[in-house]
Amino acid sequence: MGKFEYAPAPESRSIVSLRESYGLFINGEFASSADGRAFKTISPATEEVLAEVAEAGPVDVDRAVAAARRAYERTWSVLPAKERGKYLFRIARIIQERSRELAVLESLDNGKPIRESRDVDIPLVAAHFFYHAGWADKLEYAGYGPAPRPLGVAGQVIPWNFPLLMLAWKIAPALACGNTVVLKPAETTPLTALTFAEICQQADLPPGVVNILTGAGDTGKALVTHPGIDKVAFTGSTEVGKEIARECAPTRKKVTLELGGKAANIVFEDAPVDQAVEGIVNGIFFNQGHVCCAGSRLLVQESVYEQVLASLQRRLATLRLGDPLDKNTDVGAINSAAQLARIRELSEVGEAEGAQRWSPPCELPVKGFWFPPTVFTGVSQAHRIAREEIFGPVLSVLTFRTPAEAVEKANNTPYGLSAGVWSDKGSRILWMASRLRAGVVWANTFNKFDPSSPFGGYKESGYGREGGRHGLEAYLDV
Amino acid sequence: MSDTVLSPGDAPPGRLAVRKTYKLYIGGAFPRSESGRSYVVTDHKGGFLANAALASRKDARDAVVAARKAFAGWSAATAYNRGQVLYRVAELLEGRRAQFTAEVRAAEGLGARQAEAVVDAAIDRWVWYAGWADKIAQVRGASNPVAGPFFNFSLPEPTGVVAVIAPEASSLLGFVSVVAPAVVTGNTVVVLASERYPLPAVSLTEVLATSDVPGGVINVLTGRTAEVAPWLASHMDVNAIDLTGAPDSLADDLAVAAAENLKRVLRPAVEDGAAEDWTQPPGLKRMLAYLETKTVWHPTGT
Repeated sequence: MGKFEYAPAPESRSIVSLRESYGLFINGEFASSADGRAFKTISPATEEVLAEVAEAGPVDVDRAVAAARRAYERTWSVLPAKERGKYLFRIARIIQERSRELAVLESLDNGKPIRESRDVDIPLVAAHFFYHAGWADKLEYAGYGPAPRPLGVAGQVIPWNFPLLMLAWKIAPALACGNTVVLKPAETTPLTALTFAEICQQADLPPGVVNILTGAGDTGKALVTHPGIDKVAFTGSTEVGKEIARECAPTRKKVTLELGGKAANIVFEDAPVDQAVEGIVNGIFFNQGHVCCAGSRLLVQESVYEQVLASLQRRLATLRLGDPLDKNTDVGAINSAAQLARIRELSEVGEAEGAQRWSPPCELPVKGFWFPPTVFTGVSQAHRIAREEIFGPVLSVLTFRTPAEAVEKANNTPYGLSAGVWSDKGSRILWMASRLRAGVVWANTFNKFDPSSPFGGYKESGYGREGGRHGLEAYLDV
Repeated sequence: MSDTVLSPGDAPPGRLAVRKTYKLYIGGAFPRSESGRSYVVTDHKGGFLANAALASRKDARDAVVAARKAFAGWSAATAYNRGQVLYRVAELLEGRRAQFTAEVRAAEGLGARQAEAVVDAAIDRWVWYAGWADKIAQVRGASNPVAGPFFNFSLPEPTGVVAVIAPEASSLLGFVSVVAPAVVTGNTVVVLASERYPLPAVSLTEVLATSDVPGGVINVLTGRTAEVAPWLASHMDVNAIDLTGAPDSLADDLAVAAAENLKRVLRPAVEDGAAEDWTQPPGLKRMLAYLETKTVWHPTGT
């Protein structure tokens, strides 16, 4: 049977009006950086320059932290909790109102398919604000004592894989608990965060409660090491997370870290194969594999290995890679040239170490950053592609015979963010779930998120939780 | 003279007391330090009490291996079982109140009444934590109302191997107050006892060995904090560290070393060496410090 032919179905860009340049959002207003430095953000699908963005230096960090401190002391911490909550409800509603614009902008700047930004990212962003809005005046019932206090000013640094969603994970609980924030989005994906700054203005959020500083690693470092902040929240690589942990160790800053992963997705012989294959595809090719909890190690029980692999390969041949704004696209662009280089490098190492590489027939666009869905078989636990986080659409397949061996292999990593189990047997799922050393276990599903569901890692995948009642602890003095 | 202080009851005149050798407690056994070293422990007036084992880096590493080995079994034990084991420690300690009162007196120089109160509080602390074993998951867990056809729940699980620098000033109550909250939830521990007053903790290991605490769940080292603590802080198979007993001059460095594998770090609540009041109700903080939250999703449907 031949492949279906699809007509192009691009989402219109006209809903987004890009400005030529964007300033830093400090104390409720946009301003250029003190030293006038700026950088360009591009569309990774076309390498087209989207806008110029200010690069915050130490002086700007000082200003933003001072603004956040002022807002904390004079406005936000004295505001009745229910009013704080109402601001968050207001923000949630504006996000819903502007959801299509935000989805298009996210896909433009990040390269992810519009289907994902429209159906996953932005709805979850609104849901996170809505969920946390309700907590603002109910904190005394959250299990942290009769009158839990906020921490003060939070310095937050987020990654480029889910730009606005990570912002929501950081800002919504921080504000609900009564803190003010200075947030730095990733340098390759600043645009939705800056649009969020406009949303704060539309919501009449008091100046200084939310401050957005764009920039790269140096800006982030200046922020998390700033003596004026009380709390550091970081999502990103384990390497940078460790550096932050070291730098904050001698201080009294409260630190939460959501870092890398190398999740095992474990398929037992009694699993419904078609359903499992959908889960495997969703686990590693969702968002081009730019997911810290991606199911990047597929562990298949030996007896069904060939069946699962054949089914997986057949399914991958139907994935459509291309224009992120096309509504039929399954796999979008790799976020940056640097990330593409890393994915290429590790894939080459995979081949050099003796694993077999396979990709479906797949035409890559000429411009932009692209990498085809890739599956490695014949992978051993010692291979770098089975140990290191690739953060791309690359799956390593290993096999196992017994449940005990599956647990052993799954846990054989310094990471512990997530894991997947596929089986029809309830007792086995619960047995596996209790033995997998990971913060999130998806059983017969994968990559599901919800504001009420705590998310975060064991071991070197970081500490602290985001979401749910548990996530509030990160922003309370408890 | 010190012998009479350490022996409850009066020794008959003319009888030479049989002294105890104070050793380490690793994997349920009582080895001397592999280094062959010991150090002099004195009472509060400077009189000789005993030679305690001076633990080395190797001893610390052996203790971590023992704790890791014990983790699978202890963390998989039922909460009811762990609660009973902790309660059993309290029972045995109660039977040796007089001995521990004498030991705490000798070490810390407390009056008889004060020392008795400390021992009683230590016993009661085991009982308090024993009761938490099968309740913490209900207090700390959750069923999460996600927006979709899924059953979603969160449960606390033990972090793993916890290194504990026990408080310097409170040799028994402080020790129990930092160890019990770690082990009750299923963690295993390597504890560095008070450097100056190590003997009550070593005597407690005799209680642990004869109660039902499996070997390796609680491992106790005695020696120099500045020498041993850095090896625990940088050990890649230790998952969390409690810096309560680390002097301020050392605590920062230990916290930095602990970042290498992102250990969960518990810093003392009281700064600048001020003594924490161990008689106060402990709250949940110390238990929560060594608990991870695991969230499990499963679809619902027919």
